Amino acid sequence: MWIYQKNLEYPVKVCGPNPKLAKVIITQYGGPDGELSASLRYLNQRYSMPTDKARGLLTDIGTEEMGHMEIVATIFYKLTRGVSPQQMEAAGLGGHYAQHNHALFWNDANGVPWIASYVQATGDPITDLTEDMDAEQKARSAYEHLIQLSDDPLVTDVLRFLREREIVHFQRFGETLNDVQGFMNSKKFF
Amino acid sequence: MDNSQENPQAQKVIITACDHNNQLAMLLEIQQLQFIAIELNLYLDTHPDDQQALMSYNSIVPQLKQSIASYEQLYGPLFHFGLSTSQLTWQWINSPWPWDM
Ligand SMILES: [Fe+2]
Repeated sequence: MWIYQKNLEYPVKVCGPNPKLAKVIITQYGGPDGELSASLRYLNQRYSMPTDKARGLLTDIGTEEMGHMEIVATIFYKLTRGVSPQQMEAAGLGGHYAQHNHALFWNDANGVPWIASYVQATGDPITDLTEDMDAEQKARSAYEHLIQLSDDPLVTDVLRFLREREIVHFQRFGETLNDVQGFMNSKKFF
Repeated sequence: MDNSQENPQAQKVIITACDHNNQLAMLLEIQQLQFIAIELNLYLDTHPDDQQALMSYNSIVPQLKQSIASYEQLYGPLFHFGLSTSQLTWQWINSPWPWDM
């Protein structure tokens, strides 16, 4: 069960319409290393985790990532609000406008739609937690690239917050991987 | 029966920019307290026996509850599905939604 809380995890303000910036930031909504991938990956991997620590952590980080998806959606929404079709086209969002108007969609920065093969669940907790650590680093890199591209200081501030969260998640997944490895050894799994 | 004073549309009109700023400030307090809770929560997931972190987490809970109660008194429910009450009308659906704040 999930409960919706009617506020963002972190406030989102933008300096003004900026479809060029929106076009690249959408990758953290529906790109390979984006927040949809993250939240679905973690919540889906919970069922094959052998320890309560791992089940708890995947539940909590998966839930926080859903909140991050909402933050990225809000950035795109605010950056494209009131932008004309011609301005969308000039910013490289002509294809987005043709298919989705101003609606949100899970695309990467090049307009490629999200696919389930961005994520994996092998049922091997060591493999899955290693993928999770890898995913957090990829998301951190993506946010760093977006910070380099951002010409809106208010958006940059939110991107910095999201980048920091990936670092914390990586740390927690690393601790959980160690813990699960110890658990597997103690069970003489092989 | 004249219930115009209880009309939510009439109430909406008198919401000023100042009100909106106050709403954002009260939300910010919730966001700040909850951020501490989220950080401690993830830490406790992997360090469940850390007494100091546990005490910190437990001390945030009543503060966060208090901030949420004060906010909801003025601006309506932050939660659906039975966790917050509405006054006079079903306030849950009222704007602004998070992406419009
Ligand atoms: Fe993350």
